[in-house]
Amino acid sequence: MTEGTANGTARGNALRERLSDFVSQLAAAGALIVVFAFLSFASPDFLTADNLFNIGSQTAVVAVIAVGMTLVIITAGIDLSVGSVAALAGVMGALLMSSYGLPMPLAALGGTLVGAACGLTNGLLVSVAGLNPFIATLGMLSVARGIVYIATDAQSVFGLPDSFRLLGQGVVAGGIPIPVVIILVVAIAGYVVLSRTKLGRYAYAMGSNLEAARLSGIPIRRYLTSVYVISGALAGFGGMIAASRVASGQPNYGIGLELDVIAAAVIGGASLFGGQGTVVGTLIGAFLIALIRNGAVLLNVNTFYQQVIIGVIIWIAVFWDQYRRRKLASASE
Amino acid sequence: MPSKTEVGTQEPVVRLKDVSKEFPGVLAVDGVDLDILPGEVHVVAGENGAGKSTLMKLLSQVERPSRGTVEISGDPVEYHGPGHAQHLGVAMVYQEFALAPDLSVAENLYLGREPGRFGFVNRGKEMEEAGSLLRRVGLNVRPGSLVAGLTVAEMQRVEIAKALAIDAKVVIMDEPTATLAEKEIEDLFGVINALTDDGIAILYISHRLDEIFRIADRVTVMRDGKIVDTLPVSELDEDKLVRLMVGREISNLYPKPEVEIGDVLLRVKGVSRGEKLRDCTFEVRTGEVLGFAGLVGAGRTELARAVFGADRVDGGSVELEGRTLKIKKPQDAIEAGIGYLTEDRKGEGLALQLGVDQNITLANLPMTRGLISLKEEGEIARRRRDQLNIRTPSIRRRVQVLSGGNQQKVVVARWLETEARVLFFDEPARGIDVGAKAEMFGLIGDLAKEGRGVVVISSYLPELLNMCDRILVMREGEVAGVIGREEFSEERVIALATGTEEAA
Repeated sequence: MTEGTANGTARGNALRERLSDFVSQLAAAGALIVVFAFLSFASPDFLTADNLFNIGSQTAVVAVIAVGMTLVIITAGIDLSVGSVAALAGVMGALLMSSYGLPMPLAALGGTLVGAACGLTNGLLVSVAGLNPFIATLGMLSVARGIVYIATDAQSVFGLPDSFRLLGQGVVAGGIPIPVVIILVVAIAGYVVLSRTKLGRYAYAMGSNLEAARLSGIPIRRYLTSVYVISGALAGFGGMIAASRVASGQPNYGIGLELDVIAAAVIGGASLFGGQGTVVGTLIGAFLIALIRNGAVLLNVNTFYQQVIIGVIIWIAVFWDQYRRRKLASASE
Repeated sequence: MPSKTEVGTQEPVVRLKDVSKEFPGVLAVDGVDLDILPGEVHVVAGENGAGKSTLMKLLSQVERPSRGTVEISGDPVEYHGPGHAQHLGVAMVYQEFALAPDLSVAENLYLGREPGRFGFVNRGKEMEEAGSLLRRVGLNVRPGSLVAGLTVAEMQRVEIAKALAIDAKVVIMDEPTATLAEKEIEDLFGVINALTDDGIAILYISHRLDEIFRIADRVTVMRDGKIVDTLPVSELDEDKLVRLMVGREISNLYPKPEVEIGDVLLRVKGVSRGEKLRDCTFEVRTGEVLGFAGLVGAGRTELARAVFGADRVDGGSVELEGRTLKIKKPQDAIEAGIGYLTEDRKGEGLALQLGVDQNITLANLPMTRGLISLKEEGEIARRRRDQLNIRTPSIRRRVQVLSGGNQQKVVVARWLETEARVLFFDEPARGIDVGAKAEMFGLIGDLAKEGRGVVVISSYLPELLNMCDRILVMREGEVAGVIGREEFSEERVIALATGTEEAA
């Protein structure tokens, strides 16, 4: 491209580029709207306050954990351990209440800290020991699940105070479920972290080019570790919400949960190669998955089909994203 | 070099007729007619974005032409992708080599075309044929050795051998000397001559003027996607070539301002690192431009990286303005006021997926109350864009899509934002076009004028001889000598670099 033609087409290119940054999200958002509209017509039970709030509450666990996962994926990492960590946190939080009589808020904090500790281990394994994120967190997936079984002897933890139900089942301000409020708070916090803090900016930079980030003076280890701590903490907090929803600590909770969480981030435009991903996109991804689950139940579709549909959506989302990026790259030569 | 070919009497191996390639919004190649004759070295010259690379991709069928026809050996070619082009005898030696590092040289040479039957590879035959190919390209490694263990120059030879393995009629080389040392360039040119003697045509893309005159038979100059002219090299001189490429006069490629050189700013003493660096000592004064010369592998980049804290060192001290620094990592060097612009912009310098603004502020984010100030970030980016003349339609544009020269300016802008007192430029002009080079050297002069110390690492001697106040020559990890401007000569630098003269 030369100066003359560059300036002539520059504005058009800039506009197209900015649009294309949103297009992958728009595509996911479009899919969300289409599914929403379809379900509104197809099932009389869908568009009711009860059902919508129910979807919101069901989505909370995946959405909250997916915000942390987005951060990890932006650094070109992955956190496979979130399902196990959520179970560990849920069980530990439950034990804090049932065995030690801690009040609900402290127990929720305790569960979150358990998650953060797992995340810290992941982070140190990745940034200090130099393990591949896939391997480090795969190990944690197994370790955390093992500790859950050891701590509970694979038995559910019951005998929790009624106040604990608040987290996953409570409502505020005339019927808005607390989990929905939690999604909003975590999403806004995640948005601010990604767009306005050093941590967020450095996450994009490290995911885009780790060596460039290091040579720019960014303390790689500290920030990379922090990212996994946040992912672990949110997984722990998500585990507490999940435990609250069933009013017990379930050792078997969250097996395969990481797949939904990763799917939400990827459908929302996060790239496993790093450097790309947004909270808004991830939320759209999480709700799309939840809508499909909900719709399948309402329409009496065999639940096994849900898995197939979600898998196909992942393919389409990633294919679309790569196709769009290739176009952008070739147009710029 | 005398022309080995009689222009006009031979059937061209490749003929492009009115070929165009349009990308959305950009006419990258515009109605090009071009003949490549057997046995000639045909250089395509032009600034970045002139359309050279796109032209090569059309020829090697990586891209489909929007219009026009490509003929190979007289027959029009349908577009069937790069595999088809290879089948027809068009081979491409990429700048970033397309080799599988964990496979052996022989396995790479026959990748996808393994000799043998029924899915089994005839390894004996593979080795034997690979051996003869390697001899033809003058590469003295065993066919069984892993590609990962080769030097860059050796990998390039493997790429060329790959072209021979498919019986290429045309070998396209995209800036093949960009990562080679002078001796290796010499050897490469020897290989190229041997190939052309066998009637193979070489299509050669280059930015380096000296090289063009050393190797070319004919030169095609491109600008704005069009061919400006195709001329035998005998009808060109350096001024004329630059004028054709840029389309305007460049009065001075190396604008060096008069600067008063002040006190010692940076003093490096006895830096050592294993075999790579041995007891290196030098100093940089305010307003001074110091050059690092030497063969590739002599330790120039290693020395800069050691001072900057990018690699661990075994010993040595670094003083800035009389203060002894403890540099363990780049962060420490940056905080002290030392910046390092890497040789490999894409690999080590830029976060390609981030915007121009985000790359500029990466080493020094503007924060207010714990949050990044997006407003201030925008102001910084706009100010640097205007100051450095970074050509981008928007400061939020991803640096990925900028030209090499503009990417380089983004990296420079980042270091200016850190208020660094001493800046190391590692091959600042590599891979950027003539116009941007003049701007880059102008900028280096301006930085010195502001009283900073500048170190320029370059493998291209005229750059150093014109830009620097002193040149430090390295050899085998040691400082072989330092030459003052009044004693500058190419011969002296080369003598020190190769060890034919003892340290002065």
